[in-house]
Amino acid sequence: MLLRTEKPIPSSEITPQEVYESFTMTRRRMLSGLGAVGAAAAAAGLPQLALGETPLKFATSNYTVNDRATTPESKAKSYNNFYEFGEQKDDPARNAHKLKTSPWSVQIEGLVKTPQTLDLGKLMALRPIEQRVYRFRCVEAWSMVIPWDGFPLAELIKFVNPLSSAKFVQFISLADRKTEDLPSGISWPYSEGLRMDEAMNPLTLLTFGSYGQTLANQQGAPVRVIIPWKYGFKSAKSIVKIRFVDKMPPTTWNDLNPGEYGFYSNVNPTVDHPRWSQAHERLLNSSGNSLFVKSVPTLPFNGYANEVASMYAGMDLKRNY
Amino acid sequence: MPTRAIPYLKAVLHLLCLLPMLYLAQQYRNGALANLADPTNYLTHFTGDWALWLLLVDLAITPVRRLNPSLAWLIRLRRMLGLWAFFYATLHLAIYVLLFSGYDLPTAWAGLQAGHLGEPWNQLKLIWPRMLDDVEKRPFIQVGLFAWVLLFALAATSPQRVLRAMGGKNWQRLHRTIYLAGIAAVVHYWWLVKAGVRTPWKVTAVLAVLLLARVVYAAMKRSQKTRTAASTAI
Ligand code: HEM
Repeated sequence: MLLRTEKPIPSSEITPQEVYESFTMTRRRMLSGLGAVGAAAAAAGLPQLALGETPLKFATSNYTVNDRATTPESKAKSYNNFYEFGEQKDDPARNAHKLKTSPWSVQIEGLVKTPQTLDLGKLMALRPIEQRVYRFRCVEAWSMVIPWDGFPLAELIKFVNPLSSAKFVQFISLADRKTEDLPSGISWPYSEGLRMDEAMNPLTLLTFGSYGQTLANQQGAPVRVIIPWKYGFKSAKSIVKIRFVDKMPPTTWNDLNPGEYGFYSNVNPTVDHPRWSQAHERLLNSSGNSLFVKSVPTLPFNGYANEVASMYAGMDLKRNY
Repeated sequence: MPTRAIPYLKAVLHLLCLLPMLYLAQQYRNGALANLADPTNYLTHFTGDWALWLLLVDLAITPVRRLNPSLAWLIRLRRMLGLWAFFYATLHLAIYVLLFSGYDLPTAWAGLQAGHLGEPWNQLKLIWPRMLDDVEKRPFIQVGLFAWVLLFALAATSPQRVLRAMGGKNWQRLHRTIYLAGIAAVVHYWWLVKAGVRTPWKVTAVLAVLLLARVVYAAMKRSQKTRTAASTAI
């Protein structure tokens, strides 16, 4: 295969996985010092330099998929749905450099004891960051396996103290005509939401990084959520507002086409999308030399049924898709 | 265009139509295809796009030729462009069957190499229900298949021999369905994109202009006829 390769390929794709991992672990350990400096600077309110992806300091976690290989970083960062930056999957990687991630703050509003605006540095420093390797299932019937760096959203929710009347959490993404395309077929800003128990579930991750580095812009930098048992579009990117509400909030894809995208959008192999089957997925995790993409059966709740199924006990998941 | 030049022009056009295919082959050889996150998706979209674009170029020949009598020679390029559109549509279909549908190509290939000639067929039987499900349930697949079947019928009846055997009138009637194939392909595209996505609007605009040109031409001809009829009546 090397003979056929003219383009440089990432080290992750030519180095045996073990060697690669031990290499990145040492690299990460070497760089974690730097990450600490950055966090300290942020916590002290000092201006941070926006240099694209920078290493993060993180602890490992038990929430780690170990029955599938991790998707090579270059693939996870070149194949993205982020309609603010274009409708094709390679558009975000091309266009998202225009996204300005610093300064950044997240407004906490709605039914909450102390509405406040949290500076990104402060938000990141709120709890220790851990790395979780999650399955990621797109509604378009492809999937990846991605290490995400962040802490449970529940920690932030506890920190900001919602009122007991708050039943849902809404996430609002950046909508900025100056830097984003914002295709005209969709009403912006992008909005997503979770029921309060879903938002509090330990799996729901407030995410600042992937592969041990801050998020690439095309992945929804600088802060997003990752909800691994739901289709990818539920995991809102580049979040600027988190709003606590008493009614089910409007969500972008559900508004556009309620017959195709439900509010819940839990990964469910028994409920087809009208245009494709959800029973299988193309598992995009091959490291390099094969054209062939494996098709694997899709698991209920994307393999997280043990952790989340109880939240939906008694609900008809065929109707509440 | 002197008649002598047409074979050369055709040779050049054949090469041009082959270029997308050569580009894919080159991307395969240098590893760029395998380095893509989702080669299956890329190949499906690449071949679908080229099938549609060539079909539109093909459909443009008649309206463009009618602009000026000196462009009459264009008609001689129509058949080859149609066949190239069919070529990419068939590649598109083959990629759907062999990659998109979940077909286990490596197992089929390993079977072949081990001398089990029935293995590709066994693998096809395994995913057959999935494809059938697609054809039964999904309108975008149905119109795509309809467009391909039309293109297939036109390709199969394209040789001169068949034209003579069928008779010019019948042949022409059948071959007018190429417009239907164009419409079906564009509908296929609209039905497969998500709500709110407008990427197919450019091909739709081109198709609309080409269809409109036909309508305008037919109307002009009709009014010309009535005018001549009226003047002879006087
Ligand atoms: C049996 C016949 C066909 C099947 C099964 C089929 C299947 C598909 C599939 C699965 C996709 C991708 C959908 C997705 O990504 O969600 C697609 C896209 C497409 N197909 Fe077909 N197709 C067929 C015939 C045709 C024909 C005859 C044409 C054109 C002449 C065509 C043009 C396209 C185009 C333009 C796209 C979209 C490309 C893009 O997004 O860039 N297809 N088709």
